Amino acid sequence: MSILKKAIISSLGKAVQFIEAYQYPVSVHYCAVPREKFTDAAKAMKNEYALLAAEWATDETLFGRGYGIFACYRWGSEYLIVKIQIPADDPAFPSITNIFLPAYRFERQIESLMGVKPLNHPDLRPWIKFEDWPQDAYPLRKSFDASRPMPRVAGQYDWIKAEGEGVYEIPVGPVHAGIIEPGHFRFQAVGETIINLEERLGYVHKGIEKRFESMRWEDGFRLAGRVSGDTTVAHSIAYCMALESMTGCALTERAHWLRAIFLERERIANHLGDIGAICNDAAFAFMLYQMMRLKEMVLRTNLKLFGHRFIMDKVVPGGVVVDIDEKGKQEMLAELDYLAKDFDRLVDIYRENPSIEDRVRDTGVLKPEKARELCVVGIVARASGLNLDCRIYHPFPPYDQHDRIELDVPVPITGDVYARVKVRIGEVRESIRIIRLMLEDLPAGRLTSPVTLPSAECAGFSAVEGWRGEIIYWLQAGPKGEVNRCMVRDPSSVNWLGLEQAIHGNIVPDFPLCNKSFNQSYSGHDL
Amino acid sequence: MIRILRQIFRTGIVTEPLPGEVTAEIEQVGARLEETVRKRFSGSLAIRQVDAGSCNGCELEIHAINNPIYNCERYGIHFTASPRFADMLLVTGPVTRNMEIALRRTYNATPSPKLVVAVGDCGCNGGIFGESYASLGGVSKIIPVDVYIPGCPPTPAALLNGILKAISKF
Repeated sequence: MSILKKAIISSLGKAVQFIEAYQYPVSVHYCAVPREKFTDAAKAMKNEYALLAAEWATDETLFGRGYGIFACYRWGSEYLIVKIQIPADDPAFPSITNIFLPAYRFERQIESLMGVKPLNHPDLRPWIKFEDWPQDAYPLRKSFDASRPMPRVAGQYDWIKAEGEGVYEIPVGPVHAGIIEPGHFRFQAVGETIINLEERLGYVHKGIEKRFESMRWEDGFRLAGRVSGDTTVAHSIAYCMALESMTGCALTERAHWLRAIFLERERIANHLGDIGAICNDAAFAFMLYQMMRLKEMVLRTNLKLFGHRFIMDKVVPGGVVVDIDEKGKQEMLAELDYLAKDFDRLVDIYRENPSIEDRVRDTGVLKPEKARELCVVGIVARASGLNLDCRIYHPFPPYDQHDRIELDVPVPITGDVYARVKVRIGEVRESIRIIRLMLEDLPAGRLTSPVTLPSAECAGFSAVEGWRGEIIYWLQAGPKGEVNRCMVRDPSSVNWLGLEQAIHGNIVPDFPLCNKSFNQSYSGHDL
Repeated sequence: MIRILRQIFRTGIVTEPLPGEVTAEIEQVGARLEETVRKRFSGSLAIRQVDAGSCNGCELEIHAINNPIYNCERYGIHFTASPRFADMLLVTGPVTRNMEIALRRTYNATPSPKLVVAVGDCGCNGGIFGESYASLGGVSKIIPVDVYIPGCPPTPAALLNGILKAISKF
């Protein structure tokens, strides 16, 4: 029996009810506990060294049963979803923030957007919801009319303040100096040293989760591909996989492999851009231009072979819509040869440059114990010694074929900017290696398989390792089989907390460098 | 250091000319761009980019026009850190409710005469996000727009083309 299942049963006994034939894939366990046992369940998970992957709410009035609060825990390759039912006339639930730190923002978001109050939560300031929204606007509730603009009301956000002699404050954003997304950062500093950073996000909240509810299942992949433009492939794969698991659609091997090739190419392109940009923020512009050149080459090959520079909208429910022929394969292999050689030369230059090393070593350290406490994912987790990668743990096809695709990603433990660059360098090389493997061994078959629509009252889950890290989708079909809820958990939703912690004690001029080394998505977080 | 120099020499100048039809397009756009920038903006066009709610796809392509291959700086185009000395706002959308005020403030902080270019399908009309409680739709719902560059996201060549179209209106 799975570890998490055993742990929750031994701790809660008969109070846990495992629900079969509702949530797919069946490998992800799904159970219901009474509302007052929610924290006990969290404690049982904590004792088992599980991490909190996501926490979200659903409005289940269409099923005639109030609200649902869900917490998804991860341990190794296992996922366990714990659900509590909340009556409509008493929308409150026990907070688990004191047990799992990342619940801090998840629960603020649940309160702000769904109006279900986390009891004993240490900080109930709204999140995503701004102070000028009407107080009773809860967009994720079914009764909320999402098509109408909301009036602005007066209100104020209570910033955390540091006081004392010589403490000053630097507000930054939402419109930043570079070509990046909007968000607000408030630093409290003494001299050059940052003593606290408070993030304020939500500026690019486009109402994506609500939007999904008004779309048809077969169209949602396009919206998923635009949750975070730089991760378009991974998000559409995650959406499609969740939908496919609900409907029992089996993809051809070829479709799985092509998806993986797209995913790895997305990883390469973004990592190249990041390595360059990190160096640029340490005034090493040479590397930025060299990496941007390589990135452009990858994007152009994408355009030529697959018809889009970021391979947007090419992953659809049931498979993919573009194929690769023999000529295309040769072209990609030649591109990868050139890329691998040039990349190695650039990495040598990076490694031998003492002035860049001086900037990136011991800067923005996220200690392994902090990383575990915050349940961060992806490159940020791996740079802090937390070996999480859904391509290895809870692998999805084709990564589950360990005899054919074996992955070896670096997991340093220093947690500084240097480590995050090191992970990216290692992953670019791994991605090049496995794309070559996949091209050589590409199975034959159809590109798409027919997808039926989900039946009423079922749910689908997926976890996909995008270039930033684990992306989770949880889809729920309503009483008529329509989209009742589409929960999106981008890696940024948890990793932004990591940046706040990593910055303590660093100097203000190193903030861009640290921020770039995390490079989290604002859009993926704000939704 | 010697490795850096060697890599620079090995790379050479990668700025277009490029194979295929992209070249012709860029060359053509580029030549006209440079001339217009020289004539109307004394050789330098300062752009302030504002993300008013995009998915960051458009930002990737705006970054790309700064890469050594498209190298927009050769036409005198550069991106500034502040709207206070910008000639043009390059706005990606859709404009979210939470960014509306910041966008208006940025617009007001930009000295007149100024140009506004709406980038991407979402910047043009709200795109897939449409109009809702959180998304107000295209950029023109909030501030006057001079030129639209559609595409999801628009290619770097389309971006350069759109910028040219905007400054030839000036």
